[in-house]
Amino acid sequence: MTATAENPAPRAPRRIVEIKVGPRPPERPDGERGARPRLVARRRRLPERSGWLSLVTETGFRWAMLGCSLAILGILVLFFEQLWVHSRLSLHKFGFAFFTGSDWDPIRGEFGALPFIYGTLVSSFLALVLAVPLAVGVAIFVTELCPRWLRTAISFTVELLAAIPSVIYGLWAFLVLCPLLRKYLQPWLAKSLGWTGLFSGPPFGIGMLAAGIVLAIMIIPIISSITREVLVAVPQHQREAVYALGATRWEMIRMAVLRNARVGILGAIILGLGRALGETMAVTMVIGNTPQISKSLFAPGYTMAAVIANEFSEATSDLHLSALVEIGLVLLLVTAAVNICARLLMWSITRDTPRSHG
Amino acid sequence: MAKQNVGLRRRLVNWFMTGMAAVFSLIVLMPLFAIFIYLIYKGIGSIDLNFLTKLPQPVGEKGGGMANAIVGSGVILGIASAWGIPLGIGAGIYLAEFGTGKYAQLVRFTADVLNGVPSIVIGIAVYSLIVLRQGHFSALSGGVALGIMMVPTVARTTEEMLLMVPSNVREAALGLGIPQWRSTLSISVRTAASGIITGVMLAFARVAGETAPLMFTALGNDYWNSDPRQPTAALPLQIFNYAKSPYDEWHRQAWAAALVLIVLIFMAVTAVRIVAGRGQMRHSA
Repeated sequence: MTATAENPAPRAPRRIVEIKVGPRPPERPDGERGARPRLVARRRRLPERSGWLSLVTETGFRWAMLGCSLAILGILVLFFEQLWVHSRLSLHKFGFAFFTGSDWDPIRGEFGALPFIYGTLVSSFLALVLAVPLAVGVAIFVTELCPRWLRTAISFTVELLAAIPSVIYGLWAFLVLCPLLRKYLQPWLAKSLGWTGLFSGPPFGIGMLAAGIVLAIMIIPIISSITREVLVAVPQHQREAVYALGATRWEMIRMAVLRNARVGILGAIILGLGRALGETMAVTMVIGNTPQISKSLFAPGYTMAAVIANEFSEATSDLHLSALVEIGLVLLLVTAAVNICARLLMWSITRDTPRSHG
Repeated sequence: MAKQNVGLRRRLVNWFMTGMAAVFSLIVLMPLFAIFIYLIYKGIGSIDLNFLTKLPQPVGEKGGGMANAIVGSGVILGIASAWGIPLGIGAGIYLAEFGTGKYAQLVRFTADVLNGVPSIVIGIAVYSLIVLRQGHFSALSGGVALGIMMVPTVARTTEEMLLMVPSNVREAALGLGIPQWRSTLSISVRTAASGIITGVMLAFARVAGETAPLMFTALGNDYWNSDPRQPTAALPLQIFNYAKSPYDEWHRQAWAAALVLIVLIFMAVTAVRIVAGRGQMRHSA
């Protein structure tokens, strides 16, 4: 009758898992509860565990979690294996010539991936050229310059950009951005910079330039959010030291912040590149889907991801399918390599700089 | 005199560069506003009851909607979440609670690499793994593809959140004689629950708009389909197909679908956060 939460002695062998504070109301001898509030201590108890049962649950749990982590390895290995197996036909037939041939003719069975590789590289490079200054600018503005109340607003909005699905970027770019490019930006570029050869030919709107711009919009959030983290991690005393030497604010940013953060920013840029290389939907919708290599950015092009998206479900011959899978394999290898580079860079700086946790 | 000039130049450079940073921020924000304004402006006029309840109509006929695609997206995402989220959380738990040494480091590395694999490549891989073997496109394979995309994100955020749980909480639990699996599930995971849910929602939102992995797995469908082993419509696929078409009516519907997609993603995310927030309060009170 005297068993309370403070004194669980009579049932001592059972193990208490959770105790909510509060005495258990003593029952009256006549069994009535009385009018007092029911502030009952809830005690949950585990059944007495026998040795082998606990061993089974314990190891079982451990193995289940281990299995989950193994699945991640398994998925990636399976990806490589599948792509390797299904691209064997094309790998054997074309060998290295696959990457240097520029003919892509499913009807004659000629497959050379050079135009796609070129398109992927040029559009991604263009995206980086446009995105890096903007993204780093935003990161600098948010961490170093802007008032506190604006800080969260801007970073939240930029991160919203990352939440918009690729296909909606494509829709917007195809129906809104491309007509604007055709009407305003491209004629102006052709007139002022046409002599470089980069901006010649008829302005279609769609083409390499449009793809580069959309990709830039899509990778800005990644680059700027990682750059922001890196900038915040620069120790405050570095800034104060440079200020103490009489530097202006920009000089402080250049000498203290950017110089310390350069490896991290490089990592952010490489991660952005990895994203741009594999981006499919938006690019497919605006690049023009023409397998050609043209110096002009106005000309339509084609990327590796876009050709898979357009032709994979319509490929009829085994060789065509296998060539597309080989492009996928190359894409997988390249993005994996790019991401590994970025990770190694980021890990090297988080290990080197003394970074206070939290 | 020379000193004065240098000072002036430095000040000008300072103004110019800091000004540029502010201007760049404005430029970056512009496309976001442009996209949202266009989505609302073009989409809101096109959404009506028909759009939400009817099947797609052939070209030239007015009306019609995307009810099947909305439901289809739900089914595919449900399948993806059902296996992707538990697997990701399990892997995250392993990394945070048991993960030391080379193997855990390898798993982290692989998760990061998997996170960067282009979605179109995931589409091809799942196509050859499942669609080729089954012999037909299906919602199931679409769900598998999207689930694969969720796993690394969920795993890494779960790990991060669990590592933020102070280790003396764990030690206290173990000190009471609670087995480790119970302490992990009832104490570490519960303490980190709101962070884990946020991570899961981010993964969900990212995957909900994915088109590329569905092109060769779920394929799309113009009619109702209740069998997850058959080709199934999905909103992102529908947006892509309609946007590519030369018809104004279909463009209009693509805008509407895009607006519905964004609104659904936002609703799902907020709903779960509200529920999770309440759960959190109840447990901590």
